[in-house]
Amino acid sequence: MGDSYECLLKTIDIGKEFSSVPVLTNINIEIVRGEILGIIGENGAGKSTLMKIFSGIYTPTSGAIQFEGKKVAIPDPLSAKNLGISILPQEFNLVKDLTVYDNIFLGSEIRKKSGLLDKKRMMERTTELLRALEVEIEPDEKIENLSTAQKQMVEICKALAIDAKLLIMDEPTTVLTRYEIDILFDLMRRLKEQGTTIIYISHKLKEVRAICNRVVVLRDGEVVFMEMIEKISELEMAQRMVGRELNQVFPEKKAPAPEIVFEVKDLSVRGTLHDVSFQLHKGEILGFAGLVDAGRTELGEAIIGIRKRSSGQIFMNGEEIDIRRPEDAVEHGIDYLSEDRQGSGILTSFSVTQNITLISLFSYCASFLKFILRKKEDEAALRHKERFNIKTPSLNVRLEYLSGGNQQKVSLAKSIDPAPKVLIANEPTRGVDVAAKHEIYRFINSLTASGLSCIFISSEQEEIIGMCHRVIVMKEGRIMGTVQGQEINEEQIMFLATGVREGASRT
Amino acid sequence: MNKNVIAFFRRFQYEKIAPFVALLVLFVASSVLSPYFLQAKNLLNILRQVSYSGTIALGMTFVIISGGIDLSVGSLAAFNASMGILFLNYLMNKLGNEYLAMAGGIVTALLLGVLSGALNGFMITRGKIAPFIVTLGTMAIFRSLALFIGSAGEIRSVSVHYGNFGMESILFVPVPVFAMIILTVVLTLVLNSTRYGRYLCAVGSNVRVAIFSAINVNRIKFITYTLCGFIVSVSAVMLSSRFNAVSTSNLGMGFELDAIAAVIIGGTPLTGGRGTVWGTVMGAIILGIINNMLNMLGVSPYLQGTVKGLVIIGAVYIQSQKA
Repeated sequence: MGDSYECLLKTIDIGKEFSSVPVLTNINIEIVRGEILGIIGENGAGKSTLMKIFSGIYTPTSGAIQFEGKKVAIPDPLSAKNLGISILPQEFNLVKDLTVYDNIFLGSEIRKKSGLLDKKRMMERTTELLRALEVEIEPDEKIENLSTAQKQMVEICKALAIDAKLLIMDEPTTVLTRYEIDILFDLMRRLKEQGTTIIYISHKLKEVRAICNRVVVLRDGEVVFMEMIEKISELEMAQRMVGRELNQVFPEKKAPAPEIVFEVKDLSVRGTLHDVSFQLHKGEILGFAGLVDAGRTELGEAIIGIRKRSSGQIFMNGEEIDIRRPEDAVEHGIDYLSEDRQGSGILTSFSVTQNITLISLFSYCASFLKFILRKKEDEAALRHKERFNIKTPSLNVRLEYLSGGNQQKVSLAKSIDPAPKVLIANEPTRGVDVAAKHEIYRFINSLTASGLSCIFISSEQEEIIGMCHRVIVMKEGRIMGTVQGQEINEEQIMFLATGVREGASRT
Repeated sequence: MNKNVIAFFRRFQYEKIAPFVALLVLFVASSVLSPYFLQAKNLLNILRQVSYSGTIALGMTFVIISGGIDLSVGSLAAFNASMGILFLNYLMNKLGNEYLAMAGGIVTALLLGVLSGALNGFMITRGKIAPFIVTLGTMAIFRSLALFIGSAGEIRSVSVHYGNFGMESILFVPVPVFAMIILTVVLTLVLNSTRYGRYLCAVGSNVRVAIFSAINVNRIKFITYTLCGFIVSVSAVMLSSRFNAVSTSNLGMGFELDAIAAVIIGGTPLTGGRGTVWGTVMGAIILGIINNMLNMLGVSPYLQGTVKGLVIIGAVYIQSQKA
C-alpha cells in the first residue's frame, strides 16, 4: 500500500463501558479506504459493540473517531447514515408485510413533488440494485414470500441503497448457501473496486481469508493482532482469537454399536417432506447435509411432532411410537436442539437454571401440586455448568446477559437434561466462536460415546465431515443419498445436495 | 464481571420494589395531606374498596403473564353473582335452610366462574382466536345475559345472613380483604414454586420456545383462564354479599380496566413472561389510595378518571425507561 493509502476511519483510544464494566479498551484501528477489513474474535470479544459505535447505536465512553480526516461524533444511526456508514445487521430487520422496494427505501423514500411516494422510481432503483447482486427477486414481492437467503440479499440492497462509503457486514453468510456466498463475495470485490470500504465480521475464518485484505483480532475488548491477510494462516487466526494453542478440532470418531435405536420409515409432511426413511444406530452421529431449505429442519420438527406428519412411521428400539406433540417425543427419549436459539431454543428472560430444567421440569417436582425442588434443580444446573464449561457469574443470571456461545451451551444442556436416547442437534454451533465450537464437538462426541445417538443437522460441511459416521444428504425434502466412511467428503456431499459436480459450479 | 452482576442485581431489585416505593411515597404524602387518612377505619375502608377489583386483578396477573388479556372479568362477575343469588333464592324456597342455601349459591357462583373461565380458555386455545377478541365477545355476552336474567335491574337475595357475611371481619380484617390476602399468598406460591407457574412464565415469555420445550401450551393457557374465572367469582360472591343483591347493570362495570391497571402499575409488563402477584396488590392499593385522597381533598369525582389515567401512563413510562 505504501504511503499512498488514505485513511477512511480512524479510532483513537476508543473505550466503552456498560455499567462500569469495560467492554472495549483503547481501540486504535485505521480503516483504509477501499479495503475489506476482517474483524474476528470470540463471542463477547467486543466486535458487535465496536460496530454499534460506528453505526451510532452506542456512543463510546472515551476516545474519538476520525472520519475522512475529521473528528466526528456519531450520536445516532441517522448521523452514521449521513456520513455514509451503512450496517448490514446480524438479524434481519425487514418488515415482512411490505414489498422489497418498500423495505429498501424504508426511511429514505423517494417522493414526488406532490409529496406522494414515487413508486416507479423506487422500483426502478431496486431493480438496478437487485441486478447488481445477480439475484432474481421481483421488486414488488412481499418479504414474507422470500426465502431466508433472499431476505439477506434484500438486506444487502438496503445497505447499498444509500451510497455507502463504509459498509459493515456482521456475519452476513450465516444463512447463505455456498453459491450465494460466491455471489456475495463477487459483489464485495466489485464494491471494493468502486471504492467502497467494507468491514467484514465473521466466525468463518476460511471466508475471512478468502475475501479480506487485512484482519484485526479482538480479544476481551482489546485489539490483540492486526496483519495483512497473506501473512496469517487460519490456524493462527484461531489461536490469536482464543489466546492459546488449539488442539485438534474434531475429536476422534468412535465406532457406533450395531444395534438400531431409532428408525424413520416413509415420513412425509405435505408440501415439504417426501418419503424420508433412515435408521440410527446406538452411539452414532448421523449427519444431515444439504442446502438451505432442503427440508432438514422440517424433518427434525416433524419427528418431534411440531409439524404434522401426513404419513410415515417412527420406531424406537423396534417398537412403533406415536408422536403428536413435543411432549410425546420427550417421553420417548427424543430431544431436539433448535437451530433458532433465540426464537425457539432458550428463554432470555429466564435464568440459567430455569432454562436448563425447562424440558425436564417434571423430574424436579414433588407432590401432586408439582412444587419445584429448587435445591435439586440447582444441583443439576451446577452439574451441567461444569460439564459444559458454561461461563456465567451465577446460575441465577438471566440468559440475556450471557454471550452467544454460552447461551448455546445452555441450550444444549437443556436438551440433554431429560437424558434422551436420541438427540436431534440442529446447527449446534451456529453463531458460536471457535473455542465454544470445539467444546460443543467434544460434548456431542462424549455423549454419543456413552450411548446417545445423535442426528446432526449442519450447514457447515467441515463439521459434518469431521463429526459424523454417516451423512444423509437432502434436497427439496427428499433424501438424495447417504455417504459413509471415506466417501464423506465435500465434493460427494455437494454433488448430492445440488445434483451438480463441484467443478461445474462456480468457485 | 462481578461488578456487572452486582449492578444487574441492583437494577433487578429496584425494578421489583418500585411499586412498593411508589406506595410508600403515596402513603406518606397522603398522611401529610389529610389527617383522616391514617385512621384505621379509613385504611380498612380503602382496603375493602380495593379488594373487589384487586382480587380480580390477581387472576388478571396470571392471564397477562401468559401473554393474554381478559376483558370479560367485569361481566363475568355480574353474571356469576346473579346466578349465584338466583340459585340461593331457589334453594331458600325449596329447602328453607338458609345456610345450606347460602352454600349452594356460593358454590354455584364459583362453579360458574370456573366454567365461564374455561369457556374463554377453550375458545382461545382450541379455536385459536386472539384472547382480546374472545374476551371482548364474552364481555358483551355475559353482561347481556346478566341484564336479561335481572331485567336490567337488581336481583335481591332473600337471605339475611348472606348480606352479613360479606360485611364481617376476621381479626378486624374485612372478609373480602381476607380473601384477597389468602389468594395473594396462594397465588404467589403457585407462580414462584410450582411447575405450572414456571411454565406460565415460559409461555408468556416466548410461545415457540415453550412449544419446543415440550410444554403443553394450550393446557397452560386453558388453566390460566379457568383460574382467572374462578378468582373473578370469588370477587363476585364478595360483592353480591356486600349489598345482598346484584345490580346487573352496575356490578363489575369497568373492573377489567381497573384490574389491568393494577397489574401494570404493579410492574407486570403487558407483554407477559414475568410479573409478581404482590406487585399487583400494591398496584391495586395505589389506585385505591389515590381515589381515597381525591375524595378527601374534594376533587370532583369526574376528574378522578383523569388522575387514574395519568398514573397508569406514568407507571408504564417509568417502567419503559428502566428497560
